[in-house]
Amino acid sequence: MSTVPRFWRHIPQRYNLVGTHCSKCDEYYYPPRTICPNCRRNAKMEDHKFKGLGTVVTYTTIYNATDDFKRQTPYNLAIIELLEGPRLTGQVICSPSEIEIGMKVKPVFRILGKEGDRGIIYYGTKFVPVEGSI
Amino acid sequence: MPAGIVSYGVYIPKYRIRAEEIARVWGEREDMAQNLNVFEKSVPDFDEDAVTIAVEATRNAVKRASIDSARIGAIYTGSESHPYAVKPTGTIVGEAIGVDHELTAADFEFACKAGTAAVQACLGLVTANLIDLGLAIGTDTSQGAPGDALEYTAAAGAAAYLIGRENLAAEIEGFYSFTTDTPDFWRREGMPYPEHGGRFTGEPGYFKHVTSATRGLLKKMKTIPEDYDYAVFHQPNGKFPVRVAGQLGFSRDQIEPGLVVPWIGNTYSGSSLIGLAATLDVARPGERIFLASFGSGAGSDAFSIRVCDGIEDIRDRAPKVRDYFENVQYLDYAVYAKHKGKLRL
Repeated sequence: MSTVPRFWRHIPQRYNLVGTHCSKCDEYYYPPRTICPNCRRNAKMEDHKFKGLGTVVTYTTIYNATDDFKRQTPYNLAIIELLEGPRLTGQVICSPSEIEIGMKVKPVFRILGKEGDRGIIYYGTKFVPVEGSI
Repeated sequence: MPAGIVSYGVYIPKYRIRAEEIARVWGEREDMAQNLNVFEKSVPDFDEDAVTIAVEATRNAVKRASIDSARIGAIYTGSESHPYAVKPTGTIVGEAIGVDHELTAADFEFACKAGTAAVQACLGLVTANLIDLGLAIGTDTSQGAPGDALEYTAAAGAAAYLIGRENLAAEIEGFYSFTTDTPDFWRREGMPYPEHGGRFTGEPGYFKHVTSATRGLLKKMKTIPEDYDYAVFHQPNGKFPVRVAGQLGFSRDQIEPGLVVPWIGNTYSGSSLIGLAATLDVARPGERIFLASFGSGAGSDAFSIRVCDGIEDIRDRAPKVRDYFENVQYLDYAVYAKHKGKLRL
């Protein structure tokens, strides 16, 4: 159960892509940072909720997954560059033949994982292609 | 002061399975789809459940009327497929739409009518001036046992309604409920699939309760079916709402805009509320909508709704119900079984 508090701390960033922004140097951070490496003690950090719109920088398709993800194979994991600049790793929900570098994506709310049949359910953000989505 | 719907949003997963594909696997008659008037039903993705689809529907409702989520003072979520037995769905939805934490929340369960019960609870708090806005959700990723009649209809979908007093898209003029102890459909604790009384779910269940609630509200409101431009009745299949509408004196034209079950199946707690949303998608200010839900066990909530001028401002700002009928992806039974967790790995 040691992962429960860790997940709980991450709820804002997982559910709503809340990161940080330094208004002094205009740099955006995801996951959130408490210190701006550019401005250090002169930083002016504030929470920033990312729109979640982004572009696939690169990706891989998982065919052999761990037990928790076996049911979902094959699935795509991508590095996504958000409009505001930061890059993050996320699942892109589409066929492996459909995903490509440069694809525009948007966020959706999904189950990220489960702690077996008895533990908590982790919810958060995944991505879908903008084209063809409602 | 009048109260009612400030905004609404829906979500329906993009996967579908055709009734004829289910009939093929179980050796049923090919005309099963015509008999049920359900041609295909929605299927959730591997990583979708009643929480995730409720969040998507609620985000659409918040977006549609540009609502500040901090105004929401209550979240009531109706479902018979809450992912947790103990741990509220509403808290997860609230966090995902960025509510202020000064609110009350609870999960409701009343088979397919828990969503309309949530609307009533919000309406009470709003009318009493105890909260500014209430969020009522009907959401389900329902289950039907393999080969059971329910498997042709048990689908997934969610509808979210923001209930308030200002900037109304539609006023709720009144409601009336009819409730009895009728064991027509149930699921015991820990069981994966519901059981039902077969034909007993019809006359003593659906028809008795829907007709009683409808007649009760018409009497209370001093209205007749012709006073309404549209009507929505709970849609467990495509036959029951058509038949009950005829019995009560409503026409096929009145129910047509809200009759969505032939293309998405029975979305349980979402069913009548998605039908209402499909009607709000096309209704004009001043028109009246009659809504009657049904929940096995059993009860029915009937509502008299008058569409307000505000509908025109918000209608096009979020996806409409029929937008979710486009770009669907069909599954065969094997992949459907994988999606629904019917295959044990």
